[in-house]
Amino acid sequence: MNYNEALERYNKKIAEAATEDMILNMGPQHPSTHGVLRLELITDGEIVKEVIPHMGYLHRCFEKHAESLTYQQTIPFTDRMDYLASMTNAHAWVMGVERMMGIDKEIPKRVEYIRVLVSELNRIGSHLIAIGTYGIDIGAFTPFLWCFRDREHIMNMLEWASGSRLLYNYIWVGGLFYDLPVGFEERCREFVDYFKPKLKELNELLTDNQIFIKRTASVGVLPHDVAIQYGCSGPVLRGSGIKWDLRRIDNYSAYPEIDFDIPVGKGEMGKLGDCWDRYKVRVDEVAESLKIIEQCLDRLQKELKRTPDFDPRAKMPRKITPKAQDFYMRAEGAKGELGFYFIADGRTEVPFRAKARGPSFNNLSVVPAISKGVMIADLIAIIGSIDFVLGEVDR
Amino acid sequence: MEEIKNLLTAKFGSDIITGEEAGMLQPALLIDPARIAEVCLELRDNEATYFDFLACLSGVDYGIDAGKFGVVYNLSSIPYKTQLTLKVIKEHGRDINDLPSFPSLSSVYRTAEWHEREAFDLVGIYFEGHPDLRRILLPDDWEGYPLRKDYKNAEYYKGIKID
Repeated sequence: MNYNEALERYNKKIAEAATEDMILNMGPQHPSTHGVLRLELITDGEIVKEVIPHMGYLHRCFEKHAESLTYQQTIPFTDRMDYLASMTNAHAWVMGVERMMGIDKEIPKRVEYIRVLVSELNRIGSHLIAIGTYGIDIGAFTPFLWCFRDREHIMNMLEWASGSRLLYNYIWVGGLFYDLPVGFEERCREFVDYFKPKLKELNELLTDNQIFIKRTASVGVLPHDVAIQYGCSGPVLRGSGIKWDLRRIDNYSAYPEIDFDIPVGKGEMGKLGDCWDRYKVRVDEVAESLKIIEQCLDRLQKELKRTPDFDPRAKMPRKITPKAQDFYMRAEGAKGELGFYFIADGRTEVPFRAKARGPSFNNLSVVPAISKGVMIADLIAIIGSIDFVLGEVDR
Repeated sequence: MEEIKNLLTAKFGSDIITGEEAGMLQPALLIDPARIAEVCLELRDNEATYFDFLACLSGVDYGIDAGKFGVVYNLSSIPYKTQLTLKVIKEHGRDINDLPSFPSLSSVYRTAEWHEREAFDLVGIYFEGHPDLRRILLPDDWEGYPLRKDYKNAEYYKGIKID
């Protein structure tokens, strides 16, 4: 059997298209992608006829590494997948392992609330990058500076808690690496109070900007059935009007006790599921995350107060050997449904197979479908509105 | 789970389900490998199930001793908020010129297209009827399938030493 016939078909298509169309390479390094991605465009003048993504430039072999590392040792590798929201990645992995071991009910409440607190801080950080760099893709520079200025506060706080700026390795199976530093809750509340008016300013500058709306409304319209077919999730799916947020569907960790809304796209400026809707969902989600953070802080400062004898590592198991079983754990990352599929053989501390389902992988796969017949400049707007991180596509 | 089993056996006959993994954290159904695409189409369109979202597709090499390859499908239903795990497993040799082959799901879920390319790329599973089965993460001329249990790390790629 010839396993390379598809490759020959592809080569033939590129070779033949070159006679009348133009083959353009966008990337491997393009400012509108967070990471390295090469998009091969077949264009007719300025009209994009076809988009062929090529990835793998960042492939750091997460699944191959996981074959030889224990569950606990793999946590830093999950951080490197979506490096803009490492906390949510580690949270998903850790919850999966805990549930397989049957210790997910024994985790202290304070630990759960801290996990949610840092995850939501990180989600805001990730969305701020998405919003800021999206402004740059469209040609607005100030929002980018503003977003990075505000994100810096989050980075500093997370660094204070975990000792690292980007790859935290803070959430561990059975607990946390450290308790929050003294004074963190107060500082975090200061940040929330500082950030709320800034978010309003940002909305005035970018969200309601006529040029920005003209560039994004009714561009890259993604109908909800197409989104589901391509396995899109997170803000991309919600931008198409589907209320699907795993924090609410699965009610994991401390989320069932927290009150927040799920923003969805409404097609306010153009058609439902266009670039502006996806962007707006992220902006609204930042506001919701602030709500979650405030509630976490309330609980952490009132009922679940820091005590001198509180040990965040108390429930950490010495040896992690889940019984032989398969388990798929999903959680809501900043980009969408982040899933880990574990196969444990019950004998060793190393997973027999660990597969990561990165939301960006599926979100990227929809780009060729919604960018047929658009202008090249609109393709940039579409790519930016999907907000994928290549670390998660390639894993 | 019982309902889905009854629904499938009523529609496709009793040999469609070749096994069941129950009593664990997440039960799974083993499906006859040749008919997985029909089963998924039925589960997607049936009003009682509506499994319209293929969340994850993982190719699995079950080890050198077991001599088996399989694919695991994690489906979700957005209207009903339910989850389902389906598996197909078949015995097959490890020769990289003779790949284990399963029907492609790309006609049922478009997202399977990329997931199957990944399983082909990393585990070496062939999907019949896939429209564009190329390697996705590794270069086109890479030799071997890295997530197979007997894979030996390449020392050179195009004459360049790999560290």
